[in-house]
Amino acid sequence: MRVAAENVGCVRGDRLVFRGLNFDVESGQALLLTGPNGSGKTTLLRVIAGLLAATIGRLRFLNDDRSALSDEAHDQALHFVSHGDAVRSALSVKETLRFHADVLGAEGARVAGAMKEWGIDRLNDQPGALLSAGQRRRVSLARLSLQLRPLWLLDEPLVALDRNARARLHDCCAQHRARGGLIVAASHEPFLEDAKMLDLGSHA
Amino acid sequence: MRAFAALLRRDIVLSFRSGGGAGLGAGFFVLIIVLAPLGLGPEQSLLQSAAPGLIWIAALLATLLGLERVIEPDLQDGTLDLLRLSSLPLELVVLAKVVAHWLTNGLVICLLAPLVAPILFLKPQALWVLALSLLLGTPGLSFIGTAGAALSAGVRRGGMLLALIVLPLNIPALIFGASAVSAIQRGGDPTQALLLLAALSLIAAVIASLAGAAALRLNED
Repeated sequence: MRVAAENVGCVRGDRLVFRGLNFDVESGQALLLTGPNGSGKTTLLRVIAGLLAATIGRLRFLNDDRSALSDEAHDQALHFVSHGDAVRSALSVKETLRFHADVLGAEGARVAGAMKEWGIDRLNDQPGALLSAGQRRRVSLARLSLQLRPLWLLDEPLVALDRNARARLHDCCAQHRARGGLIVAASHEPFLEDAKMLDLGSHA
Repeated sequence: MRAFAALLRRDIVLSFRSGGGAGLGAGFFVLIIVLAPLGLGPEQSLLQSAAPGLIWIAALLATLLGLERVIEPDLQDGTLDLLRLSSLPLELVVLAKVVAHWLTNGLVICLLAPLVAPILFLKPQALWVLALSLLLGTPGLSFIGTAGAALSAGVRRGGMLLALIVLPLNIPALIFGASAVSAIQRGGDPTQALLLLAALSLIAAVIASLAGAAALRLNED
């Protein structure tokens, strides 16, 4: 898979968030979005996820044989881990991940494995209300392990994670890229090895 | 279909757990009916003639409760993003929300109404028409309410706005619902009003699914 941006810009309300963005990410590569707060990192991730439209320029999503992805295939090809962790206080960790698996169309049997992988298997029946910020983040990152999808969009994935979970995320991302996956992540820390960099601060 | 069932199940479970809205609407409904004789006085003929309208107004207000919890929390916590990216069309997302809201709110009101209506001296032969009118009409209320919730999601103090959007749209249901019950009480034929009520719910189902889905799509900009 390949994601290419040509002169992409986005206007929200009457504010120009960024413009003139060009990048090209292919299987196995990663793109790290940097820039000060408010420079549009989250906006760009939402544009790539298809949740927001690019006001200027265009984004292309290509299959390995260089044909364009259809809209449905695009939605099925990505995992989006945003600031919203989609963890509801009244649902237990297991219920939350089962729901996420159903929504993603992933096998329900993978829930247990994903919980183990992200070190939240002991929280099983713990309701969301009793989770710490880091635990919530682990729950939303566990979505990545529910189903293999080529494109990962990660918005500040390191926030609130402890050292173990950071190491876990680091390994997961490396594995994902080795499998031929792509990662576009917004972060203030360089947590991805040999990633392409895109500084949104210089595109306002 | 699996995503639809999962969303429906989750919303029902959430509404029964802490912070959910199940039972709230029903309790509010019963309370209005119980309070009416205290405000209007115990005179049988007055209460009897006011009963159809009072019960329907109570149902209208009770279905409003819990509506601002239908979409707003999913928007705030990012669940809506996941749903938008899922293979489930947004129209079906709206439908799942409507069904969950109706099962935990409208249906309970339908079942409770014949039990509490005698407090207002509603004639016994009107009880089944009352239940039927609510059964036909409350799905429409849930549809319109959910579309309103989708429109007002993300707006600060959306709850108040929601009531202002939804209540006027429910006036036709109120008119036909109450008139069906009054008709049978006065010895008339409620069929026409009931059919119109059913038609209103069907129209609401089509328009609200489309409008609700469009509102969720536009929510971002």
